[in-house]
Amino acid sequence: MKHLSIVFLLILSGIACAGVEYREFANPEQQAAYENLTSELRCLVCQNQTIADSNAELAADLRRQVYEMLQQGKSKQDIAQFMTDRYGDFVLYNPPFKLKTGLLWIGPVVFLLIGLIAVFLFTRRKRSAATVEISAEKQQKIRSLLEEGDQS
Amino acid sequence: MLKYILPLLLFIVLAVFLALGLNLHPSEIPSPLINKAVPAFSAPKLQAPAEKLSPTDLKGKVWLFNVWASWCASCRSEHPVLNQLAQTKAAIIVGLNYKDEPEAALGWLAQLGNPYDVSIMDQDGRIGIDWGVYGVPETFVIDKQGVIRYKHTGPVTPEDVQQTFLPLIAKLQAEN
Repeated sequence: MKHLSIVFLLILSGIACAGVEYREFANPEQQAAYENLTSELRCLVCQNQTIADSNAELAADLRRQVYEMLQQGKSKQDIAQFMTDRYGDFVLYNPPFKLKTGLLWIGPVVFLLIGLIAVFLFTRRKRSAATVEISAEKQQKIRSLLEEGDQS
Repeated sequence: MLKYILPLLLFIVLAVFLALGLNLHPSEIPSPLINKAVPAFSAPKLQAPAEKLSPTDLKGKVWLFNVWASWCASCRSEHPVLNQLAQTKAAIIVGLNYKDEPEAALGWLAQLGNPYDVSIMDQDGRIGIDWGVYGVPETFVIDKQGVIRYKHTGPVTPEDVQQTFLPLIAKLQAEN
């Protein structure tokens, strides 16, 4: 039991440490590159978070990886390539434009166009419906009906 | 006529998209490593930390690479399936003990049985990153040339073994 509680406390201490990460950078550019990259890479475990935001262990490992590669003088492209080689385009929040991601990029434009066309068709039909001509005979009938209504 | 066909078409398109969406598994990310050579590593063996294993040691053999950890709950449900698969001796099973404590890992194998021909340690998760591991368990199938042919994310079920793993392993064993 004592053994177990020590293990438990050790695990907890790990979690407590994980909250704070201390990184030292050679220059402000490197720090900017680090912040930029970690906020553009997706955490694969909690898919709607970047690795900068996520507390998942994998995110911490990937942050460490980014940091180490920057320390080795790797460029942002190198690091993005390293990540996509292992995790695919999905790891990028800003995926490159290619055949596979085409729908992703063009989709919103297509939907906007469909919407605009629908609005155009709809309003045109309404306008033409509003300008229906009423024959003299019908107008006469309408008038007489209205007068009839007034009398009663 | 168009008045009736248009909503029907819209409904069909929507229904098809929703049906496809229901059958997607967004948590399963396709691996770019399929049909690529295995990422290199040289890692200490769990049972003999002084010895190291690298993929070149397995050249010419069909092997499975199963990522596991004693802290991983779904690995526990997968474990009996791996034990059974190991008994068929269809392929070598290499375990990657991912971000685990060696004592806990050894205890787990002693308690639940050891399906692995060999397990290697990846305490800081670097081998895991090279293999694009994002969730445990994961299982890769590697052919005789050292090329990754298949990746399974999540626990392997007996159905997966029968329908996917054994046929694939048999096919790869027949290759040169």
